[in-house]
Amino acid sequence: MATLMPLLEWFDSFWSTYNTVVFSIGVNAMLALSIYLTLSCGLLSLANAAFMGIGAYAASLVSMHTGLPFGVALLLSGVLPALVALVIGIPTLRLSGVYLAMATLGFGEVVRVIILNLEFTGGPMGINGIPQKTEFWHILLLLGATLYILARLRRSKVGRAFEAIKEDDIAARLMGIDVAGHKLLAFVLGAVIAGVAGGLNAHYTFTIGPGNYAFENAVDILTMAVFGGTGNLIGPTIGATILTLLPEVLRNFKDFRLAVNGLILVLVILYLPKGIWDPRRIRSFWQRRRSARASRMKGVSDAAL
Amino acid sequence: MFEQQLINALSLGSVYALFALGFTLVFGVLGVINLSHGAIFMLGSYAALLLVQQLALPLWLALLVAMLVTGSIGLAVDYLVLKPLRARNAPHLTPMIATIGVAIMLTNLAQGLFGAENKRFPVGTIPEQSATFGHVHVTAVQVGIVVVSFVLMLVLLVVMRRTQLGRALRAIAESPKAAYLLGINVEGLFTMTSFAAAALGGAAGVLVGLSFNAISPFMGQPMLHKGIAVIILGGMGDIRGALIGGLFLGFAEVMTVAYLSSDVRDAVAFGLLFLILLVRPSGMFGKVLERKA
Repeated sequence: MATLMPLLEWFDSFWSTYNTVVFSIGVNAMLALSIYLTLSCGLLSLANAAFMGIGAYAASLVSMHTGLPFGVALLLSGVLPALVALVIGIPTLRLSGVYLAMATLGFGEVVRVIILNLEFTGGPMGINGIPQKTEFWHILLLLGATLYILARLRRSKVGRAFEAIKEDDIAARLMGIDVAGHKLLAFVLGAVIAGVAGGLNAHYTFTIGPGNYAFENAVDILTMAVFGGTGNLIGPTIGATILTLLPEVLRNFKDFRLAVNGLILVLVILYLPKGIWDPRRIRSFWQRRRSARASRMKGVSDAAL
Repeated sequence: MFEQQLINALSLGSVYALFALGFTLVFGVLGVINLSHGAIFMLGSYAALLLVQQLALPLWLALLVAMLVTGSIGLAVDYLVLKPLRARNAPHLTPMIATIGVAIMLTNLAQGLFGAENKRFPVGTIPEQSATFGHVHVTAVQVGIVVVSFVLMLVLLVVMRRTQLGRALRAIAESPKAAYLLGINVEGLFTMTSFAAAALGGAAGVLVGLSFNAISPFMGQPMLHKGIAVIILGGMGDIRGALIGGLFLGFAEVMTVAYLSSDVRDAVAFGLLFLILLVRPSGMFGKVLERKA
């Protein structure tokens, strides 16, 4: 027991300093997964920061102006973005490639300007004094649920359809897949995940503003997913973790922290096109090491003979 | 009052057009949405400021040198980032994401080197003459902006339409592979396009720096957003479209501020963009795009 005490004290001080970092890792992982989902259907959507904002504002306003429990606020932070995604998704998802990216970018900016100019969202000041209701287990549970659902989805008929659409949507249509429907599903589900992440985030940061959900944030989310790798679920999660920790680690660079961030993004794209979590590359790396060691061992035993 | 707004719209719109020109050129020829174009625009502004401040160059010379500087940066970006991705045949969204990284890097470098606050040209370096016709007020800077923008745009249009070089570039825009088989130096023209586009972006930066006389590391991002809206309006890769789209956006913004409200100014560009994409994804003048299977 005596040996545990310093450990517990250390943990306490660690937690009080770094709990927001840990919370952010969880929320950012959910955001990265939300963009992974749309990417897995071949859609580059830059609207996820806007959906996060809609979720965050919805949940915060419910928490501040009604006596409803946190669960209801979080539920709403998923439902409202889903409805918005449904409405704008139907016309927008006819576009593909860069056109879709630009349209969703435009949507994101329009949402930001609307939030900036509305009365009940607090305008440029945003909302202050949001009750801090997010507990660690909320994030853990919701991140776990997201991972579980996405993992199940990946192996389901819907997930296979996403993959077919990503590879070639005309071929997918010829196989009888409802391309528009599946794209809309990916878009709306992505909006739900991003919205809930926004709701969680608002309830530990105490304050939110329109600037938190701008183009830069959409890019941050995309960066985390691309950095980690968008071929599987582990990639975005790891990408979010590393890029959230990076600013803490890079404190020494002070003014040039973001420049290092940008450089890392460029380097990863140039040298690790599938992101840092690329199972095939990792496997082949270990295999090469093992075979190198095996041949060395063999050489030794040959020499002994 | 309306005439005055028209003058303001013309000067704002021609800067938008000039900025979008480089942006659309890169998309047309290289097929890349270069999201570092805004950062390069911002560096053009700083380059001119430093040249005027430290070396006391006259404005026109500062403009030319700044264009050379940003052009070289464009070359470097092409050589270090876009070229390796081309060689690998990366999917078309990959270079776009890579240029986001470049933009973050350049913006943050400028912030670290020059500070986050607004910088101004030294007093007396910006011509302050102006003329009044009736109740229309025109400043020398406005005239300079419109003249420089239109001269640069005209040069580009003539090169693209009337010269062998322009023909080669249009061939590449159609199909780099076919152009290569025809003996066109595709890689060389890619490099040259990157230089020219960045130089045009830098020129736009100098002009905006002069007209608002406020230079900051963050001026590139909003301009980039406008540029995106302009090339969507005009049709991606369409040079005449960029010109008309830029003027149109300038007009729409100035009229919104004058007759509606300045709060929604930033939403105008994206509202238009959103609308155009839904109604006519190929731009106002674009041909209907068909998928090449």
